[in-house]
Amino acid sequence: MWGIDELAKYVVELQGIHKAIHGHGILQNLNLKIIEGEFLTLLGPSGCGKTTLLRLISGFEEPTQGTIFIDGKDVSGLPPHQRHVHTVFQSYALFPHMSVFENVAFGLRCQQVSFPEIKTRVEAVLKMVKLEQFSDRKPGNLSGGQQQRVAIARAAVNRPRVLLLDEPLSSLDYRLRKAMQIELKQLQRTLGITFIFVTHDQEEALSMSDRVVVMQEGRIEQIGTPREVYEEPCNLNVAKFIGETNIFDGTILSSDETSRQITVSMLGKKRLTKSSRKFSVNEKVHVLIRPEDVRVWGRDEVTDASDMFEGTVLEVIYKGTTVDLIVRINEQLTIAATEFFDEDDDRLAYKIGESVLVNWGNGWEVLLPYEV
Amino acid sequence: MKSDQRFKWISLGIIWVWFTLFALLPFCLVVISSFLSRSNASLISLPLSLEQYTRLANPLYWQIFQKSVLIAALTSLISLCLGYPFAFIIATARNRFKPLLLLLVIIPFWTSSLIRSYAMIAMLKAKGVLNSLLLMLGIIHEPLTILFTNTAVIMGLVYNLLPFMVLPLITNIERLDSRLVDAAHDLGANWFTTFRRVIIPLTLPGILAGSILVFLPAMTMFYIPDILGGAKSMLLGNLIQNQFFIAENWPMGSAISTMLTILLALLILFYLWATKGRKRGDWL
Amino acid sequence: MNRRYLHVAYLGMIYLFLYCPLFILVVYSFNDTRYSLLWQGFTWHWYQELFHDRSLWLATWHSFTLGITSASIATLIGMITAISLYRYQFTGKKILNGLIFILILSPEIVMGASLLILFAFLLQLKLGFLTLLLSHVTFCTPFVIVTIYSRLVSFDKNIFEAAKDLGAADWQILKRIIIPLLWPALFAGWLLSFTLSLDDVIISYFVAGPEFEILPLKIYSMVRSGIKPEINALCSVLFFLTLTLTVLSQLALKKRN
Repeated sequence: MWGIDELAKYVVELQGIHKAIHGHGILQNLNLKIIEGEFLTLLGPSGCGKTTLLRLISGFEEPTQGTIFIDGKDVSGLPPHQRHVHTVFQSYALFPHMSVFENVAFGLRCQQVSFPEIKTRVEAVLKMVKLEQFSDRKPGNLSGGQQQRVAIARAAVNRPRVLLLDEPLSSLDYRLRKAMQIELKQLQRTLGITFIFVTHDQEEALSMSDRVVVMQEGRIEQIGTPREVYEEPCNLNVAKFIGETNIFDGTILSSDETSRQITVSMLGKKRLTKSSRKFSVNEKVHVLIRPEDVRVWGRDEVTDASDMFEGTVLEVIYKGTTVDLIVRINEQLTIAATEFFDEDDDRLAYKIGESVLVNWGNGWEVLLPYEV
Repeated sequence: MKSDQRFKWISLGIIWVWFTLFALLPFCLVVISSFLSRSNASLISLPLSLEQYTRLANPLYWQIFQKSVLIAALTSLISLCLGYPFAFIIATARNRFKPLLLLLVIIPFWTSSLIRSYAMIAMLKAKGVLNSLLLMLGIIHEPLTILFTNTAVIMGLVYNLLPFMVLPLITNIERLDSRLVDAAHDLGANWFTTFRRVIIPLTLPGILAGSILVFLPAMTMFYIPDILGGAKSMLLGNLIQNQFFIAENWPMGSAISTMLTILLALLILFYLWATKGRKRGDWL
Repeated sequence: MNRRYLHVAYLGMIYLFLYCPLFILVVYSFNDTRYSLLWQGFTWHWYQELFHDRSLWLATWHSFTLGITSASIATLIGMITAISLYRYQFTGKKILNGLIFILILSPEIVMGASLLILFAFLLQLKLGFLTLLLSHVTFCTPFVIVTIYSRLVSFDKNIFEAAKDLGAADWQILKRIIIPLLWPALFAGWLLSFTLSLDDVIISYFVAGPEFEILPLKIYSMVRSGIKPEINALCSVLFFLTLTLTVLSQLALKKRN
């Protein structure tokens, strides 16, 4: 297994984790290493097991198989409060009968820390979350965003190694959510604690995280930086879950190992592209292209249409900053394109039924092995 | 933590010991006694026999049972007719008045029913308030004999048990989604149809719960028929009381109690069956 | 707003029905006559007679001590049960739930008879304070459980997990979170038990002994012998006591909602 030095730099480590509840497998053979000080997000649809994973780390559930290490120590069987990790719940779970101060001081009181020390630490952390003036208020008199900050302060004041946040922003409205995303990120940097954040909102995950763990049906599909996960999805599941994407079938025509250049045939045309994966000639692949990478041209704007795809406009959806176009390529296929809307640009004034041409820059595609 | 486990086990221990000793065990004793006999030496003794149950087939007992069921059913019905509109109005009242209205129902509910039954006597006597009022208004010309009749018993039972009908109904009607009523109106139903086809079915759990909460006590609250019905009024509750304290036939008393419990079980099963798939209440 | 008037009229009619007898009772307790039901003048006489009736005072004292003791024990057991049902999973949990439900529904006479057989026949106990106490606690506890449980489920269930997460032991959670949040329900439950115990006739009838006289049974025997003005006064006093306790209990439950 890993040596002591290796273990030490990962604040949390999960090895071979299986979890089944009432015979249903929730998590399957999970392996994950979490770096100290990072903002890690567990991203996935409802039911993928991300909350269960969080509860395994926090100690509210035990894995059916596998081991969890925190700071290099095996924490199997250790109850939640002995693990130096704290959870911020989705509903905040603030104690309604206690003031903000008493809520935040709760953990310290239970550990029988001396009152002067409690006072100093609580006031310090309240200052960090900008709630010093509210220390006497009861949670019922606070706004959603303020309640959330109290919940974070209450967990952070105990100086945990890791803070676990279970979809803390999902009950806030759009504006407040966006504001809190920025605040949380700044807070994490100020506190310097490792954050493990759970969400089903991929935009949130991409905007806040240092790394994203994409999960589906109890398995980790991909771990990477937001950019890696968005631009180089490792399989169809990830590609479909994060952002919008167009998926086409293609066949490899040629593949050069050294330069990594690949020619692929799709929709009756040849395209030159690159890929870090190895493919063999005649292998079937999926070709993925994001709508924002797709360019749409009117027939009269183009002179050489040899490497472009012909199509008819099916839908035009105006979204304010962008315009979404759905273009029918043939009987079975449509392609979605997103372009920035420019009032002055006539090029974007397409009408339904109009005949257009579609293409994209060389190498902007992602190639994935064919999945049934 | 170790102390957490200890806390849990002590709590569960206390609970189970108490309920087994004072609820389960006594009930088992009743059932067992019903199969035993009475002797001169002790109130309950061997031999085991079905004697008590065969004696129950006696038409005398059967008559009492029929009468009890009839009176209890009437009581439930009257309570339902009086109580349903009452509960409906309160449940849909404006929030400002509701706490007060509820309080005014809960107060009689908490007042000793002995006191309330006693209060009824003054109302129902030949020279009592009700007769005096009716005479004064000219509705009758001679005082009605109400006291010491079945009517008095029913009136007393309804008077005592009305809150038992009203309170579950209120809880149930409050849960009725008013949007469903709006939807019915929107689709063209008039008040009567809406009532029959939307409101009644949806409040059925409350109706059944209230009815059961009235029906059983109506059969077994012996002091009400005793006070208001006099010596000749013998309902099931009086019968059991009689068997235990006057006839001193505990096995017989136990047999009747067991039958009563079976009746309760049947009513509960009926309630569960009739409200299958619907929202019932917190405790179920 | 015809409908509004109709509603008010109907409500008024039923409330009148519910309160009229009690109102008359109170009025007659001040009536200066022994036999007639016509108003003969105002008097405190019956209340004075009440005040001097020693056996009545003794019975009242007995009922109060019984009520306070049984309410306290019932509230304690009820609290432990409600919390255990809420927090723990254990074998037989469904049975316990069912048992509580049945206890609330079952006719008091069956419970009275069963306890009589238990005490007098099986355990050979003398009927008196102890048997009354045990019986009252048994029939009051389910009501306390339901009152407290309803309050518990209205909380965010994550609160207890959060407390555990932050390092609280079970007794700390009980002391710092559960009891402060629960005390209105505890208070209401106690008052309910006290009232139920004070008013109980049927079960007490079965398990009471000759030496420990309690109020409801004394009233019952007095009532069977006919109308007496002292009873009017006694019942009026008890009615006002119940009124006060009910209002207190409802106020407690309304708090912190």
